[in-house]
Amino acid sequence: MTMNWKTGGLALGVVFFLAVLLVKPIGVSTQFVILDGIMWNAVDPTVITETADGVTSSNAYLAKSHAKYAKHVLNPMNYSFIFVIAMVIGAAISSFLRGGVAKAERTMSPLWRANFGDAAWKRYAAAFVGGFIVLYGARLAGGCTSGHMMSGMMQTSLSGYLFTLGAFGAAIPVSLMMYKRG
Amino acid sequence: MTIVLALVIGALFGAVLDRIGATNPDLLGRMLNLTNLALAKTILLAIGVGSVLMFGGQMAGIVEVGHMSVKTAYIGVFVGGALLGLGWAVSGYCPGTGVAAAATGRKDALFFIAGGLLGAAAYMATYPTMKAIGLMEKIGGGKVTLGTIPGAKYEGLTAIPGDFLGILLGALIIMVAFTLPDSLNHKADAVPAE
Repeated sequence: MTMNWKTGGLALGVVFFLAVLLVKPIGVSTQFVILDGIMWNAVDPTVITETADGVTSSNAYLAKSHAKYAKHVLNPMNYSFIFVIAMVIGAAISSFLRGGVAKAERTMSPLWRANFGDAAWKRYAAAFVGGFIVLYGARLAGGCTSGHMMSGMMQTSLSGYLFTLGAFGAAIPVSLMMYKRG
Repeated sequence: MTIVLALVIGALFGAVLDRIGATNPDLLGRMLNLTNLALAKTILLAIGVGSVLMFGGQMAGIVEVGHMSVKTAYIGVFVGGALLGLGWAVSGYCPGTGVAAAATGRKDALFFIAGGLLGAAAYMATYPTMKAIGLMEKIGGGKVTLGTIPGAKYEGLTAIPGDFLGILLGALIIMVAFTLPDSLNHKADAVPAE
């Protein structure tokens, strides 16, 4: 079901090109912060304040760079947030059209099963902890695989190369240690 | 109009991520343990194609240089990248593919997203500390590109014309995609992914 790498690479490259041609380079991980901000601000409306001078936040991260994140939290109907929602829709349609993911694989991949067994809770715990580390790292880096690696290297930005070096430099040895079977 | 573009490009991106197998943690894991490099070849080809089209388009005057968005290079980019790599290997997902994978019905991806939201919140809480310990120190001038791109607001690390260098590097990355073997690790008894 997976596209041949030549077709797939060409298609993905064209999407990244279309993004920069029509709007701006693709990025995803910032929207985790925006969604956190929306939920946080809903529970505690004092997090983001709007004054005559503009928007600010009691949280230093939301307030940085002229409160650009805080502004997006107040107004999520912006390009980058809608982009991620559309990505969800696109992936769901694609998956539906190809018949979806096999039931056994929805819990864990065969690679995980071969190395760590059938227990679903183990896989869920690893996905949760992994997700925590991935997003903490992505925010520290100021971008993720989409924004830094793909968009960054495509634009020949130094930061993209720096990020890719760090990401693969850690991911490959860890993966070689973790997934020895299958 | 930008909302329409967000819907169209976002949906295309999600669909392509799914079709190339990037939403599949099995393929992701086999790329990182080097038993099946198909996804690496896909990603490399995509970066190369994107680069050649973008810089070629800039040279032809079709692509606006102002649409570029170069991120700052600082110590945290490398450290954060390494952390992301660690979590990527453990979970088999990165932020974009995790969200897209959840949309395809993968339940483990929902746990990835929940952990991710907590991780992003943890960063929001600890950002002042990360800044205080010097992780935001710029490297090589910060928002820089490898060459100097005509008309761009970013400085070049070298004086080499940036659009020319972009096409050259793009072509090089495409060549790497074509020369990379299908597997670099035959020790693990690799089973082809579904």
